[in-house]
Amino acid sequence: MAGKPLRIGVLALQGAFREHRRLLESLAITVQEVRLPADLAGLDGLILPGGESTTMARLLTGYALWEPIRAFYMEGGAIWGTCAGAILLAREVRGAPPQFGGQQDSLKLLDATVQRNAFGRQINSFAAQLLVQGLDAPFPAVFIRAPAFSEVGTATVLAEWEGQAVLLRQDRVLATAFHPELTGDVRLHEYFVALVSRREIVAN
Amino acid sequence: MFLALSVGAVVAYARCMSESNPTAAQSHLNFGFAEMFKGGVIMDVVTADQARIAEAAGATAVMALERVPADIRVDGGVARMSDPKMIKEIIAAVTIPVMAKVRIGHIVEAQILQALGVDFIDESEVLTPADEQFHILKTEFKVPFVCGAKNLGEALRRVGEGASMIRTKGEAGTGNVVEAVRHARTVLGDIRAVQARPAEELMTVARDLQAPYELVKSVHQNGKLPVVNFAAGGIATPADAALMMVLGLDGVFVGSGIFKSDNPERRAQAIVKAVTHFQNAEVLAEISEDLGAPMTGINIDELIPAERLASRGW
Repeated sequence: MAGKPLRIGVLALQGAFREHRRLLESLAITVQEVRLPADLAGLDGLILPGGESTTMARLLTGYALWEPIRAFYMEGGAIWGTCAGAILLAREVRGAPPQFGGQQDSLKLLDATVQRNAFGRQINSFAAQLLVQGLDAPFPAVFIRAPAFSEVGTATVLAEWEGQAVLLRQDRVLATAFHPELTGDVRLHEYFVALVSRREIVAN
Repeated sequence: MFLALSVGAVVAYARCMSESNPTAAQSHLNFGFAEMFKGGVIMDVVTADQARIAEAAGATAVMALERVPADIRVDGGVARMSDPKMIKEIIAAVTIPVMAKVRIGHIVEAQILQALGVDFIDESEVLTPADEQFHILKTEFKVPFVCGAKNLGEALRRVGEGASMIRTKGEAGTGNVVEAVRHARTVLGDIRAVQARPAEELMTVARDLQAPYELVKSVHQNGKLPVVNFAAGGIATPADAALMMVLGLDGVFVGSGIFKSDNPERRAQAIVKAVTHFQNAEVLAEISEDLGAPMTGINIDELIPAERLASRGW
C-alpha cells in the first residue's frame, strides 16, 4: 500500500465540514469536499459531518447522492458519520419531522435505530469525558442536540452514555452521536484513518 | 494556518474542560452548536404551517416571530417578542432548531424564551429596542444568542457580552441586499485591517474599534471572528444568498424574502441549494429559474433615517 496517499471525502452540503477537513489535514490526509456525485470519485473514505440531518437529506435527494454513496460503501469504501451524519447512516430514524409521517430517508448502512435529539434541546446539550473501547484515556465528547442509538443489530457498541449507545462500529462504518471535530482531539480521526487504510490492504 | 486554528481550538477546549467553569463550558457548547448551522439557511416563519414548509425545504432552523420585518415596517408601532403560545406551536411542529427574537436589552423577554426551550435567541434590531444604551449580558444565559453587527467593533462587543453567532444587520424587510453587503464587507475588511497591524498597535486598535482587547488579539491571530458570521437583512433571491457566501460569510438568514414572495416553497428550496452550491454557477443558474416573483422590495435610499433598523444597537 506504499505510494498512494489516502484520499478522504467530507460531505460538504451543510454543517461542520471544515472542522473535519482541518483535523484530517493535520494528519496529512488529502481531503475532497463532496457536494455532487462526481466528487466521490477516487475516495478511500467519506465523513458525513454534523449539521442538520433534515437539511442534508433534502440536499442528498436534490442532487441524487444517496445511491452513489451506498455504492461507494459497497465497493469497499469506509464511512464515518458524526451526529447528523450518524443519523443519515442508520437503518431506521426515530424522531423524524411529524410532517414526514415520522419517516426520514437514510443510507441504511448501519444496523441500528437512531433516535434524533435523544438528549433534548440545545439547553440540554452537554460535554462529557467518554470511555471508549480501544482508547486508553477518556475522549472529550461534545453532545449537541445529540442523537443516540438503540436496537443495535450487528454493529458493535464502542461507547455508551447514561445507558444509551453513542459510538458504534460495524465493519467499515463508524457512527458517533457526538462531535469529535469540535474538540481537537484527533484520536477518533486516527481510528477512522486506520479503518480507511485497512480497506486499502483488502483492496490491494 | 489550519494547524494553527486547530491548536487554538484545543487550547480553548482544554481550558473549559479542565476548570469547573460552567460559563466557559456552556459557551463551548453554544459556539459548537452555532458551527452546525454553517452552510445553511435560517428562515423567518410566522405560523406552524410556514415552519413546516421551511423544514421540508431544508432550513437548518426557523426563526419564530409574529410579523416578518416587511410587515413590521408597514404596520409600525412597537414590535415585541412573540406570543409564547405561537412559539410553542412552532416548536411542536418541527424537529429542527427553533430561534426567536427579543428586543435589544430586554432581559426578561430573553428569560421567557429560555424557559420556553427556544434553541437560540436573536437579540434583534428588527424589534423595537427596550434599552437605548445597553445590550443583554448574554453570558448569564444557558441558551445561545445571535446578534447583528454593522462593523467589527460592534461584532466584538456583542461577542464580549456572550453572543455565540454574529450576523450582518442588513436592512431587514426591504428585499434589498445592499446593506447586508455593506456590513459584510465592512466586518471582513476590518478583520483584514486588524490582521495587518503589528502586535504593539492592538491596544490602540481596540480603543478605536471600541472592542475588547482580548477579542481584538484573537482576530489578529486567527483572521476571523471568534464565532460564526452569518448574513441577514434584505436577502431575497438564491443569487443574493450565494453572493453573501462568496463574500465569505458562513450561512444566511432569510426573513421576509421567502414568505413575501409568490412561491415560498420553491424559493425556499432554491435558496437552500444556493448556499450549498454557491461556487457552482451552473447549479445556481438552474435553481434560479422560474421561481415566481420575489418580494417587491424597497429602495433603501428612500427610507428616512428613523425607519432604518440597522442603526439600532450600541
